[in-house]
Amino acid sequence: MANSALKSIVMDESEIERSLTRIAHQILEKNKGAGNIAIVGIVTRGDLLAKRLVEKIEEIEGVRVPLGRLDISFYRDDFASYLSPEVLSTDIMFDIDGRDVVLVDDVLYTGRTIRAALDALMDIGRPETVQLAVLVDRGHRQLPIRADFVGKNVPSAANENVRLFLKETDGKSEVEILEVEPGKRAGSAPLGGE
Amino acid sequence: MGFDHKHLIDIREYSREDITLLLDTAERFKAINERRIKKVPVLKGYTVVNMFNEPSTRTRSSFEIAEKRLSCDTLNFGGSSTSTVKGESLDDTVETLCAYKIDMIVVRDKHAGVPYKVAKKSGVSVIDAGDGKHQHPTQALLDLYTIREQLGRLEGLHVGIVGDIGHSRVCGSLVPALKTMGARVTLIAPPTLMPPVPEALGADAVTCDLDAALPELDVVYMLRIQQERLEGAPFPSLREYSMLFGLNERRDKLLRPEAIVCHPGPINRGVELDAFMADHPTRSVILDQVYSGVLVRMAALYLLLGGDDGAVS
Amino acid sequence: MALLLKNAHVIDPQVGLNETCEILIRDGVIVEVGHDLEMAKGVERDLGGKVVVPGLVDMHVHLRDPGQEYKEDIETGTRAAAHGGFTDVCCMPNTNPVIDNGAVVEYIRAKAAEVGKCRVHVSGACTVGEKGEALSEMGDMVAHGAVMFTDDGRGVQDAGMMRRVMDYAAQFGKAVSSHCQDESLVGKGQINEGAVSTKLGLLGWPATGEEIQIGRDIEISSLTGCPIHIQHLSSAHGIELVKRGKADGVNVTCEVTPHHMFLTEENIGDDYNTNLKVNPPLRTAADAQAIIDAVADGTVDCIVTDHAPHAAHEKAREFELAPFGMTGIETSVGCVVGNLVNTGKITWERMVELMSVNPRRILGIERVAIEPGCRADLTVIDPDVTWTVTADEFESKSANSGFLGWELTGRATDVYVGGYATMEDGAITEEPIHL
Repeated sequence: MANSALKSIVMDESEIERSLTRIAHQILEKNKGAGNIAIVGIVTRGDLLAKRLVEKIEEIEGVRVPLGRLDISFYRDDFASYLSPEVLSTDIMFDIDGRDVVLVDDVLYTGRTIRAALDALMDIGRPETVQLAVLVDRGHRQLPIRADFVGKNVPSAANENVRLFLKETDGKSEVEILEVEPGKRAGSAPLGGE
Repeated sequence: MGFDHKHLIDIREYSREDITLLLDTAERFKAINERRIKKVPVLKGYTVVNMFNEPSTRTRSSFEIAEKRLSCDTLNFGGSSTSTVKGESLDDTVETLCAYKIDMIVVRDKHAGVPYKVAKKSGVSVIDAGDGKHQHPTQALLDLYTIREQLGRLEGLHVGIVGDIGHSRVCGSLVPALKTMGARVTLIAPPTLMPPVPEALGADAVTCDLDAALPELDVVYMLRIQQERLEGAPFPSLREYSMLFGLNERRDKLLRPEAIVCHPGPINRGVELDAFMADHPTRSVILDQVYSGVLVRMAALYLLLGGDDGAVS
Repeated sequence: MALLLKNAHVIDPQVGLNETCEILIRDGVIVEVGHDLEMAKGVERDLGGKVVVPGLVDMHVHLRDPGQEYKEDIETGTRAAAHGGFTDVCCMPNTNPVIDNGAVVEYIRAKAAEVGKCRVHVSGACTVGEKGEALSEMGDMVAHGAVMFTDDGRGVQDAGMMRRVMDYAAQFGKAVSSHCQDESLVGKGQINEGAVSTKLGLLGWPATGEEIQIGRDIEISSLTGCPIHIQHLSSAHGIELVKRGKADGVNVTCEVTPHHMFLTEENIGDDYNTNLKVNPPLRTAADAQAIIDAVADGTVDCIVTDHAPHAAHEKAREFELAPFGMTGIETSVGCVVGNLVNTGKITWERMVELMSVNPRRILGIERVAIEPGCRADLTVIDPDVTWTVTADEFESKSANSGFLGWELTGRATDVYVGGYATMEDGAITEEPIHL
């Protein structure tokens, strides 16, 4: 955290919860129920949101849809400058072939993470459809990628970092905008601080 | 995290944290090796030369598979195509390879120290795939991975290494690596197969009494009797060697119930291991070692090629 | 033509000289040593701050000529010798062809007389082709001027053959010099057998492989009466064996090299520096200390270099494939003066015995002392100059020195051979000399 200064809090715990509830409803609506859905979260943070979404869908529909975790470290196009130290391997214990897979990530930014996630997913199997759910869309896309479900659109500057904190890992739940020092990397941060 | 190695040549230069990271990274590659598309694009565009100046089907295959699963472009160089056979010097060969703009050289050579020379001359990352009687670090790492996976830890384990210690590059890396990870190491061999100063490898104890050592061990690591490396017959016959230092059904009873048996392969059946031990359903982890080889080599490639220039922020 | 050397500190234990005085040379011979000498006509050299000693002799060098002139030849080898401060060298017979007959001896002496920058004495092989199987024509070689016999580069493996060599050599009054290496014990050993060889995965070259032939050859000397000179001792126990032989009255002498004194196996590290691959190998710090002690206490007779040039491409090979040997003739004075004389481990007199007096005595060549009537073979040394060993300063064709990058103190600045300068102020003179 030493590299960036807090500018504002754009979502708090209750707002996050409401957004997830809405997204859960939208997913069910779009897919006409929970029957063929699987939720796959991208590490790190997306997997935690995915878990919450699965719980919400269960509350709404009474069906527990398959939940998976996708590690995209080995698919990134910038791995030489990003070597994830966490050991959170891909964990998808169900067959994704023919499924309607909803990818879940915290912040949609350049689109590169999603590009890598699509490649990673395709190497695992052949889903019927892939949809994208994100809590925050901060803009600045570098690839032709868009989200199907968005919690909140947060306009941001390139020298800002939009970060999601979740009480599961960070002790608080909120989305913050942080100002990044010149020369430091802007983007989603690893678990447990820098 | 601080993995800042460019080469994997001397395992002594790797700290406990480095080795742990390597083993943990290897673990992450397991899922990839167990699905239908056993390939990730992470090292796409990197060119790795497997410079095998000494024939080695197993190690080369393992590296090649590891490289391909990470999407490296690979060039196998060696065997009968080796330029050195034609009288070209090692330096000239390396310079020629470098002119192809490569990113890494994996070196196997029958002469100790060659990976250092290749590293110095080429300026690219080098992995030692076995150099003379010096070291074989990826073998040591795959052994550590296998042992950790089987027994859940390395710290505090007692590992006995049996056989041709003196001619073993495996020992040159395995003993220091085990020590780094907090294991206890006993070397077991006839004096004629011991190096001049076994303590220099870092072993805790040296003995020629296998039967007395076996009940103490968590891991029995049987070395291959490399008949091609033995000069001046260091023991009278394979029969006597097997009698004194072979692991067999009789000696199985001396082992702790949970003890495992490792071997770097290929096995001389009937010499260092009898069929009962080599194929033992619970003790023998020899095929696990082969599998681990692919995982740790993927991890080494990934960390060495990616862990450079400020990967660590 | 006269030459007057002034203001130098002149040291020669043979005549009890250790003082600042003048040396007057005429027609290649010393005519007067003293103070306030008069010279009617000639050249005066002010050698204030320098030390003058009887010309230094390196009785163990490889000139590589004939056969391996790409490593060194008689011209470059003797230029290197002059650059290192030597007036005389004795070259080893492991050339191609081997120096095992009069014709090769003749070739070397003739070429040295033509292009040499120092006096070249020739060691002949004691067996044909250094194969250890049949006696070489020692008589013929003596007739052509050979001064000693050795199969240097190899030990004579068979004890019976060594006895025959020494029996036969005894009639010529020449010493047999022995490179001690029992091949059945040494095998393909690369470096000293021990902790370093274990760590680096290199086959060991045990000291016993050397000591067993040292012991053997001292016994055979005792049996045959032929003087034995033990080459390049590398181990403490080897020194001990020579000391015992001397105490027993055997006619045994020995030599050591700077690299066995000032380098050890510990210098061979992860860079597998092939310049440190020598035969016999660099051994432990305790061995090196024992050698230095033996140099100081009088057990060791000579300091030699075993100057063994090899081309860069040969030393660039894999350690196990690179040839044994390092150059040394241009660093010897710096090693000895800086590390032994200036530190008080040995006196200047002892240095002169080790590097000038004793080698001449063992080789049976003309005595050179700083007194009237002796030929003017002199070495001038600046004992205080500190310099860094670099490859491009060598006169030798090869640069496989184990001391590259070292800072040494003490260096020869001028060398006179028969009154002719072969080096002046550190630069080789280009005029031919007439030996």
